[in-house]
Amino acid sequence: MSKIKVDLELLEKICKNARLRLTEDEKKEFLPQLQEVINAFSVLEELDISKTKPSFQPIVIKNVWREDIINRSFSAEEALANTVHKKDYYFKGPKVVK
Amino acid sequence: MILQLSDFVNQVKAGQISISENTYSIIEEAKKVNKKYNYFTTICEDFALAEAERLEREVRKGFSGLLLGVPVSIKDCICVKGVESKAGSKILEGYKPNFDATVVAKVRAEGAIIIGKTSQDEFGFGTFGKNVGVDFEIPKNPFDESRSCGGSSSGSAGFTAISKHTHVSIAESTGGSIACPSSFCGIVGITPTYGRVSRFGLIDYACSLDKIGSMGKNVNDAFLLQKIISGYDERDSTSIRDQPDISILKRKNYEIAIPKELVESDLADKKVLDIFWNCIHKMESEGFSYKEVSLPLNSKYSIPTYYLIAVSEASTNLAKFCGLRYGKHEVLKGYFDDYFSDVRSNNLGKEAKRRIILGTFARMSGFRDAFYLRAMKARTLLIDEYKRIFSKFDFVVHPTMPILPPKFEDISKFTPVQDYFMDLFTVPANLSGLPHISLNMGFVNNLPCGIMLTADFLRESELISAASFLEGLL
Repeated sequence: MSKIKVDLELLEKICKNARLRLTEDEKKEFLPQLQEVINAFSVLEELDISKTKPSFQPIVIKNVWREDIINRSFSAEEALANTVHKKDYYFKGPKVVK
Repeated sequence: MILQLSDFVNQVKAGQISISENTYSIIEEAKKVNKKYNYFTTICEDFALAEAERLEREVRKGFSGLLLGVPVSIKDCICVKGVESKAGSKILEGYKPNFDATVVAKVRAEGAIIIGKTSQDEFGFGTFGKNVGVDFEIPKNPFDESRSCGGSSSGSAGFTAISKHTHVSIAESTGGSIACPSSFCGIVGITPTYGRVSRFGLIDYACSLDKIGSMGKNVNDAFLLQKIISGYDERDSTSIRDQPDISILKRKNYEIAIPKELVESDLADKKVLDIFWNCIHKMESEGFSYKEVSLPLNSKYSIPTYYLIAVSEASTNLAKFCGLRYGKHEVLKGYFDDYFSDVRSNNLGKEAKRRIILGTFARMSGFRDAFYLRAMKARTLLIDEYKRIFSKFDFVVHPTMPILPPKFEDISKFTPVQDYFMDLFTVPANLSGLPHISLNMGFVNNLPCGIMLTADFLRESELISAASFLEGLL
């Protein structure tokens, strides 16, 4: 954790995964900040968590079921009400296959 | 004189207050205040006035409710049907949900009037209300315009403090976003146990940390709102099914724990500590007992644990904002990677980008176990530390924030790490999902500062009862 070096290559890889395109100024600003945050957070290495279970929520959640009852959902018009990119009751998106 | 919420409702029921006239009056106030302080992202004038008229017709037919005619503002990240709900972000510009969040449906069913959506740090990403989205205005402190309201529920707290009307606000906290602005604006903020209030209809920041709570001018107002919005909801899989009702209990001599790492922290302003100890001694003289305790794990590890979990969850939650189904759209061109990247890069603010990058990194192959999973395990240790304290004490008590509302020019000098560590007093309770309340304990140079009480899971009744007694004492 503490040995991780954040360089431009790693930052660009992260941004590609996150679908973000940074300006050169943003890259210059974020690079040292990211390194500073990771260094500061590396203090967690001190904790012995070898026998500890993760808490994915603060409360214990088990077997959350509900009755299998059909309820009214959005109509196509309602689901599409907030987009301008639509055609024939479908969302219209950018090209996927080159 | 500003009426308490329960008195206001009684007067509405008695026909002494006109819902329409009162709604018109508070909307005019909101518009005027907003020009100077930026507390609203949307003031829904037509919506509120139409709702007031509809409600008056219903009242004539016999309708009544616990919030009859009460003006309620809603943090921008909580969906209101037909009202632009943006979570303070340009990327959600134009988004009008076609459903109400559960909490909104609950207050409307009790006769509340929704007056607007309140300003916030973009998606809740901030402590000082300064990390607003692209093209948004920064909300200003009602006691000093050059200072922060606190974040991220900034507008909710600011307007609750400044309004000359009976008014309550539905706010939201991930790491302290109700307590911090409550402290900086001198009001009461209740953050419930994680899972007590449905998150259905909340535009998420971090699913395992987000809690919807209440703000009011006094404990009783915040309590009544909190009581109404609480309860199981099958539409939220993390909603607690069996939860005790929230009520005011008979006075008791509670035993309180004061975490010495916080009150001895270098972050803490001596003037804030002076007021705090004065307050503790008043409580002691009234029969409360206190002891300084140690919370070594929470004081050292809660900030990195919290931020790693929060940014990891945020980076996945925000992945859906891509200019396709709702919110900001751009002209469709190029391939999907290019389009999504363009929309996100053009419309997300700097702090949102920073947190998405950090969260994406913490979940990436090769780093996930070292960061994300380690933080989830650390949270278990931090919750266990609180459990040990609550086996002996009723509450953990400390100043809500270590400092007075800071000036914007000083906040600008913080690095992201310094900024994150300012959450040290509010993050531990939030990370563990514990209920807490902040109320004003006094003023320093005309600036308010809050005291924060944290209780064990689902012990809101004890928490609010103690706060109500304390409010009368201060």
